Amino acid sequence: MTKTIDHISKKEFMEKLESYRKGSITRRHFLNVTGLGAAAAVMGASVPGLRPQPAYAGDIGDRVVLATWPNYHDLANFDAFTEATGAHVQVNVFGSNEEMLAKLQAGATGWDVYVPTNYTFEDYVKEDLIEPLDTSMLPNYDASAFDARYAEAGSVNGKLYGVPKNWGSTGMAVNTKHNGGNAISSWREFFDITMGKFSGRTIVHDYQLTTIGSALNAFGYSFNSVDEKELADAEKLLIDVKPHLFAITSDYQPGMRNGDAWLTICWSGDGKQLNTDIPEIAYVLGKEGGEIWSDYWAIPKSSERKAAAYALINFMLDPNVNVKEVLAHGYPTADSRTYDQLPEELKNDPIIFPAQELLSPLEFGAAVTLTDPNRAELMARFKSA
Amino acid sequence: MTKRTRNWLLLAPAGTWFLVMLIIPLTVVFIFSFGERASSGGVELALTLEQYTNLPARWAAFKNTMTLAPLGTMAALLIAYPLAYFLAVKTTPRWKTILLVLVIVPFWTSILIRSYAWIFLLGGRGIPALFEWVGIEGLRLINTPFAVLVGIIYGYLPLMVFPIYVSLDKLDKRLLEASSDLGAKPWKTFLQITLPLSVPGIATGCMLVFILLMGEYLIPALLGGGKVFFVGNALVDLFLQSRNWAYGSAVAVTLVVVMLITVTIYMRLISRLGASREDVSIM
Repeated sequence: MTKTIDHISKKEFMEKLESYRKGSITRRHFLNVTGLGAAAAVMGASVPGLRPQPAYAGDIGDRVVLATWPNYHDLANFDAFTEATGAHVQVNVFGSNEEMLAKLQAGATGWDVYVPTNYTFEDYVKEDLIEPLDTSMLPNYDASAFDARYAEAGSVNGKLYGVPKNWGSTGMAVNTKHNGGNAISSWREFFDITMGKFSGRTIVHDYQLTTIGSALNAFGYSFNSVDEKELADAEKLLIDVKPHLFAITSDYQPGMRNGDAWLTICWSGDGKQLNTDIPEIAYVLGKEGGEIWSDYWAIPKSSERKAAAYALINFMLDPNVNVKEVLAHGYPTADSRTYDQLPEELKNDPIIFPAQELLSPLEFGAAVTLTDPNRAELMARFKSA
Repeated sequence: MTKRTRNWLLLAPAGTWFLVMLIIPLTVVFIFSFGERASSGGVELALTLEQYTNLPARWAAFKNTMTLAPLGTMAALLIAYPLAYFLAVKTTPRWKTILLVLVIVPFWTSILIRSYAWIFLLGGRGIPALFEWVGIEGLRLINTPFAVLVGIIYGYLPLMVFPIYVSLDKLDKRLLEASSDLGAKPWKTFLQITLPLSVPGIATGCMLVFILLMGEYLIPALLGGGKVFFVGNALVDLFLQSRNWAYGSAVAVTLVVVMLITVTIYMRLISRLGASREDVSIM
């Protein structure tokens, strides 16, 4: 935020002051845009008596509960948030959007913030489970900073329900050491090698969208298909491959890291994390296609700590904070303010920002897959087979 | 206050608890099981047997549960009995306390964390690595039925040890002396006196472990890698992933029925065993 507010004219300052008096912007927005916030923060850090903690603590309560995905945050940012606001971030980790939806459908979850994926918004709105966002509570949100491709699913019927968190792709991570130094390049190959020399070494997600989607891709079908014949083909493949799997789990990093698993369906950020620590693990996109996705910050309607929820989302939208997130988890952001701050080597990283021709066969998840009873039952049948 | 009202008052807390926490939820589940999946998940009340006719799709989960639960119970019994016997009969009072505490100590840590420890022990860098070191390669333990069995035995052993220990501890030692005075060999004394008198403990231990195992979810989820599936895991999936409450309810009702049948047969067997010895009854 400090980057954009270095210069503010007297006129602008007076306008902002007027808006603040009238109440059309919040005190924090006022402090941010005028730079007074930054000045106060610098002073606050050096003068113990001015630390913002007591002022915030009364406002937002002592905790905020976040429902999120595995390996998806820089934990130091949560500590910084607690330091700044006095609110402790309690993290719940989930393996699929379906699981999150089921929990919210079943009733009070205690969550304040969650991170749904593009294809879920229509249903969340239809079921009245998601809170429309009040952007005046999110001074760090700047709609114009986001690439529309990764932001549009957050709005339904012209109303904003989610602000973009990160986007990424779903491909595969392969430990090339066990394949003569070669990666693999297609979903067909993914399943073939699993039933061959990688038997007992492959992980698929505990997640209908990506696991069924990858099997569909192997046949050249759409990742989002709900066609009965195509789903039947995918099911047959999955059932055939099941005895050769190492595990069915969305938390696949431990298995890949300790060497038990050699191949997994993988989200790009996990691919980046694995590749950074273990260079022989390559992240590749299936040439038949796969998923491109965008996650959003959102607030469930049932949240009882909405002030804290807004505070956390606003905190994470701060480009200075967000850039640390990206550095930690390796998922690109659609926020140009954050992108600009990324080191050059990350901007050119083929895992984080794949070449356009690799991205073009990828599909965004379709809303229909979330509620399609056949896909849901197929996944459950596959798991209990 | 009459004796009658007092009895009712004393039973009221437990009665209310059973009504609110058991009878009503079970009734709801029973009603749901005749319903249909609502279009975006959940349940739509109806009167159809469709969910029950779909049950064969969960055959593998029932099969896994019905083999690994009795197997786990038997294995736990075989390991727990000598241990309980040793604790009750062979140790001095001072050691007894220390050893009993050692049996309880694992309960101070959550089963979740203890099962996680097994993920590492059974994973490629754990026990299989040791085997590799002595030349046995390619051993796979984690995410197999064996791993789940190990987790089950480990997790439920104390529940088996204690009831058996209690029944052996109460054992009148004079009976053993009498047996030996009358010329019985030790193994005969064990078979004719010790073992029959500890049947109540065995029965209770097996029942506790078996019933809990039938609803087990955590251990197969962690040590089975989502591949060794129990009915409990199928239920979690139906409610929390595919959001098919109607089908989930039908599976749940079936599990309860299977359990009732198994436990009834088991009780019959035990009480027939007990009928021949009046002092044996199940707790």
